[in-house]
Amino acid sequence: MFDLDRWQEIFQTVRKNKLRTALSGFTIAFAILLFTLLFGIGNGLKHTFEKQFAGDSQNSIFIRSGKTTKPYKGLQSGRQIQFRNDDSKFINEKFEENIQFFSPNIERFAQASYKGEQNKYTVRGVYPDYLPLESAVIEDGRFLSVLDIKNKGKVIAIGRLVEKDLFGNLSAVGKNIVLDGLSYRVVGVFSDPGGDNEERFIYAPFTTLQGIYKPNDELDRFGLTFNPNLNVDEAIAFSNLLTKVLKEKHKVDPSDQSAIRVQNYAEGAKNVQQLMFGLNIIILFIGIGTLIAGVIGISNIMVYIVKERTKELGIRKALGATPNSIIGMIMMESIFITASSGYVGLLLGVFALEGITNTVEEYGILNPSVETYVVVGATIVLIIAGTIAGFIPAKRAASIKPIVALNDE
Amino acid sequence: MIKIEKLHKSYPIGKGALHVLKGLDLHIKEGEFVSIMGSSGSGKSTLLNIVGLLDGHDTGNYYLNGQLIENLDEKKAAILRNKFLGFVFQSFNLINYKSALENVALPLYYQGIGRKERNKIALQYLDKVGLKDRAEHLPNELSGGEKQRVAIARALVTNPKVVLADEPTGALDSTTTHSVMELLKEINREGMTVFVITHEEDVASETDRIVRLKDGVIISDEKVNKKVII
Repeated sequence: MFDLDRWQEIFQTVRKNKLRTALSGFTIAFAILLFTLLFGIGNGLKHTFEKQFAGDSQNSIFIRSGKTTKPYKGLQSGRQIQFRNDDSKFINEKFEENIQFFSPNIERFAQASYKGEQNKYTVRGVYPDYLPLESAVIEDGRFLSVLDIKNKGKVIAIGRLVEKDLFGNLSAVGKNIVLDGLSYRVVGVFSDPGGDNEERFIYAPFTTLQGIYKPNDELDRFGLTFNPNLNVDEAIAFSNLLTKVLKEKHKVDPSDQSAIRVQNYAEGAKNVQQLMFGLNIIILFIGIGTLIAGVIGISNIMVYIVKERTKELGIRKALGATPNSIIGMIMMESIFITASSGYVGLLLGVFALEGITNTVEEYGILNPSVETYVVVGATIVLIIAGTIAGFIPAKRAASIKPIVALNDE
Repeated sequence: MIKIEKLHKSYPIGKGALHVLKGLDLHIKEGEFVSIMGSSGSGKSTLLNIVGLLDGHDTGNYYLNGQLIENLDEKKAAILRNKFLGFVFQSFNLINYKSALENVALPLYYQGIGRKERNKIALQYLDKVGLKDRAEHLPNELSGGEKQRVAIARALVTNPKVVLADEPTGALDSTTTHSVMELLKEINREGMTVFVITHEEDVASETDRIVRLKDGVIISDEKVNKKVII
């Protein structure tokens, strides 16, 4: 296959015919460059959206209570709905199949201090299941355990930024923090993709906080994730049923929107998914469009090149070139030019993306990048297109009678 | 060397056909220096194209080097051209981005001969036509006469059986015409069969045998009486 003489012949034609080499090379390099840039920026937009909606688990539902706004079954409006421990039990038992993680929740704004450093933080009393609800990840130590709940332990897990605020660069695990006058031992530090606010939370055992802050078995809200096997519509149906059942239990008008509020991320997730889908389509469209433009460009140039060379090909044939050697020569030349300039375009595109990363991040486009296989795939598509585009006119040129080709001016 | 029997050739024109060659018989022996004379439209170029395997014929027989030419596909024709025939064209037909040496070496490339070897051979032939010092020049840096000498060197480089020259002096002035014809004569003296097509009496008279063609038929075929130089 590798015939040095043949390649020397091709290198010579490429070198001696700078204009047409530059033309076809530029078309390919430019197409790949544009493809890489547009695809990369599209991916950057995608990354931005992913980050925006990464805060909580995509299948989470939060339930809060408030005051009724409508009278119902003889009860007046303006009545405060209060969740209690039996609501936890009720939800858990009734919807066991559809619930993945579940945690009742108490929330307080508390003064925290450690050795003179102090600050105010949201403290949440939760169950161990709460960690996956927030998509939070333990960085150091551990999260709250079932035993902590049972023992009403004075232990807390703190956000990464709480550790940074109070401990500087030191590790917080094992140290004691004073919250509203009571001392708690830090058992773990977590990070949360939801951003800075979410990393300034402190989690304590639900039972501990209920004992300290609530007179009896009251609680503030529920967080749960539904079974991830549910599709978006099933999830929305599930949260509607949950709302209905809870409203019945607390004697709330079914149309009362403020007494019991269910916040289902599935609805948001559905929108985001649709948005992402749309974005993917646009990116794909841009990519394919650029490629088609490149393919058409290289096809035109190949037709032009073969036309321009008709006479030369006729001379070569008169001197003993077989049709196959003519086709082979044109195709090898075309593949050589498309492959090498495609590679140049790819390199330029990747460097250009690197170069604009900082600028476009100011406009909210994060990490514009392209997967290697996508660009390499695009280059291969153009090489194949260039080959086919070269093959058709080459075959025609090879089949022209040499005498006709020689008379071509 | 070249034997033609009842050769017919016509070209389709619109719905009808133009009958160009009407039953030619011609026999050229090895070592002959033949010219085909005729005005334009007489069919002389068509004859050369058929003899040169650049075009096919309709009916009749054509033997090249004793081999009957029939059912030639492009590939076989290309190989036969490369092996047996050398071409010299009116418009030189040199490849403009290749140096004189590379142009001369090109037929050897299609014989699969390595670069060094073919450049060596090509240089010998350039030397033979007196252009050794022009080897690295591109065609547009050469004069018309020099271009045709390069083309002749290229026609000779494969050591063919026949050199076919189509109006080899058509684009040259009288001085260079003379020197090109002298070169062809010299080649012929070394034993090469040379087949020239021309419409110029002066050129034809330099050859050994003149075949006159008119409207697709041979009207005369005679040996030239060589003037004896005293």
